[in-house]
Amino acid sequence: MSFLLVIIALVILASAAVAMSLRNLIHSALLLVANWLGVAAFYLWAGAEFVAFAQVLIYVGAVSMIVLFAMLLTRRARADAAGGADSGGRTVAALLASGAVAGTLAFAALQTHLPAAASPAPPATVRDLGASLMGPHAAALVIVGMILTVALLGAVILAATERNPPEDDAP
Amino acid sequence: MIAVSPAADSILERLPVILRDGFAGLFPQPLRWLAGSLLAIVAILAVFGLLFAFLTLAERKVLGRVQNRPGPNRTGPAGLFQPFADGIKMLTKEDIVPFVADRVLHFLAPVVLVAFSLLAFAVIPYGRRLVAVDLDSAVLFFFAAGAGNELAVFMAGWSSHNKYSLLAAMRALAQLISYELPLLLSVVPVVMLAGTLSATGIVAAQGGWTAGLVPHWFVLTPCGLAGFAIFIIAALAESNRSPFDLPEAESELIAGHLTEYSGFKYALFFMAEYFGMTALCGMGVTLFLGGWQAPCAFLQFIPSWVWFAVKLLALLLGCIWVRATFPRLRIDQLTRLAWKFLVPLALLNLLAAALWHLTAGWSGALQPVRWALALALVAGPFVLLGRRLSAGLAPRTYRYASS
Repeated sequence: MSFLLVIIALVILASAAVAMSLRNLIHSALLLVANWLGVAAFYLWAGAEFVAFAQVLIYVGAVSMIVLFAMLLTRRARADAAGGADSGGRTVAALLASGAVAGTLAFAALQTHLPAAASPAPPATVRDLGASLMGPHAAALVIVGMILTVALLGAVILAATERNPPEDDAP
Repeated sequence: MIAVSPAADSILERLPVILRDGFAGLFPQPLRWLAGSLLAIVAILAVFGLLFAFLTLAERKVLGRVQNRPGPNRTGPAGLFQPFADGIKMLTKEDIVPFVADRVLHFLAPVVLVAFSLLAFAVIPYGRRLVAVDLDSAVLFFFAAGAGNELAVFMAGWSSHNKYSLLAAMRALAQLISYELPLLLSVVPVVMLAGTLSATGIVAAQGGWTAGLVPHWFVLTPCGLAGFAIFIIAALAESNRSPFDLPEAESELIAGHLTEYSGFKYALFFMAEYFGMTALCGMGVTLFLGGWQAPCAFLQFIPSWVWFAVKLLALLLGCIWVRATFPRLRIDQLTRLAWKFLVPLALLNLLAAALWHLTAGWSGALQPVRWALALALVAGPFVLLGRRLSAGLAPRTYRYASS
């Protein structure tokens, strides 16, 4: 089974590495999708069927669309599809930001106590998932919903630049 | 879970299982699961490949009849060999790739599309014992598999380096994002009522009859009825079918993302479109029309997979009928229909489903009250929203033609 895990990990890492090194943004975005598929495969390997399919549905189905849409709408010319030249400041900032994220993740992973041999969990039904989302994790759910609503409102404000937008122009 | 009635044990009912076990029995024990799975894959490919072939013929025939012409009738008896002639033509055509195209993506797009649309067939229960993979979250798997289609359409449109194709890709993205939401929301009431995401569980939850005549299908509940309507509309949009075929609109975008495809790759796109439509209709049958359950208790002697096929073909013919009837929507009308009409209605439908679920104990005189309440929750806003959205749009008047 760990052989399978190695293959999945290789797919995830390789697609991420190639996505970073490519100059063509659309190719990078598509490789990012491949990366998400790899993560979904990892969830499947770990026995989390529901999370895996939800990952494919949300990330491959919806988030990728939004990423691609944003690229097509913001890039003017085809030549612009490749990223601009790097400056020293940008490299340092990128390294700092990615280092901070990696440090936080590594710290969290090291601090988490993982039980050595997880007992085979009973198959979670939709009812259980719903109950735990509405019960113990209700606060997290509400907070996530708030953040998403704020993001949506921000997007609407950014997009609605006209003084008197005609009624039929709503996207 | 499933009460075994005499009908469930008839030889016709068990025929597919007997065939599979017989085939798998030819192999040594450790390879049997592999042989069984491969047989399921081959069976799905063969059945739905043939269905695709004759569906194209049926579509052209029905469209022809609707438009007062005979349709294809020269190849073989009554045009029956037309799909095979088309297939040979497609296979022998030259495969043209534009010089400036992104070759890798241009090649990958049809492959990804067909692969993802075939995945969806794995979890649909075609009969009492006929399901390739019985997953606990089959419904989620089905829609996750459908998520890849949009990506493939985008890849095809972008890699062609053609402005019409790119426009089609943008349209496809906008349309598929918009309609994913009502499609998923329309399914949630069924999952709520059945209490499971498993396709076989949902079909089992629709078993049984009132007085042996009226089936307990979800389409016969108010929230299921509204959900079914929203599901069919969103499914037509998701599979790029007319009246929502904006991405490939022949008359505006010269077939959109398909412009730069020819020969076998074009055939693959065509095939994937029909596969997608068939799979969505199959899911619609499973979720709302009772899957393989017979409509009346005394009709159980007909094998379950025949019932599934009958319902599936009826839905597919309905799709063809819709294509023959309605003109294509404009892009602004399309998005408005999704966000201002279908999404609010689907959300209200969730409320109706909750009401239906909480009042499950009502009986006798309260039963009509329960029906009226749940229906009013959806039908009221339907009328109000429809009035509001079409306000100021008077019925079209004809000055020179008689209506």
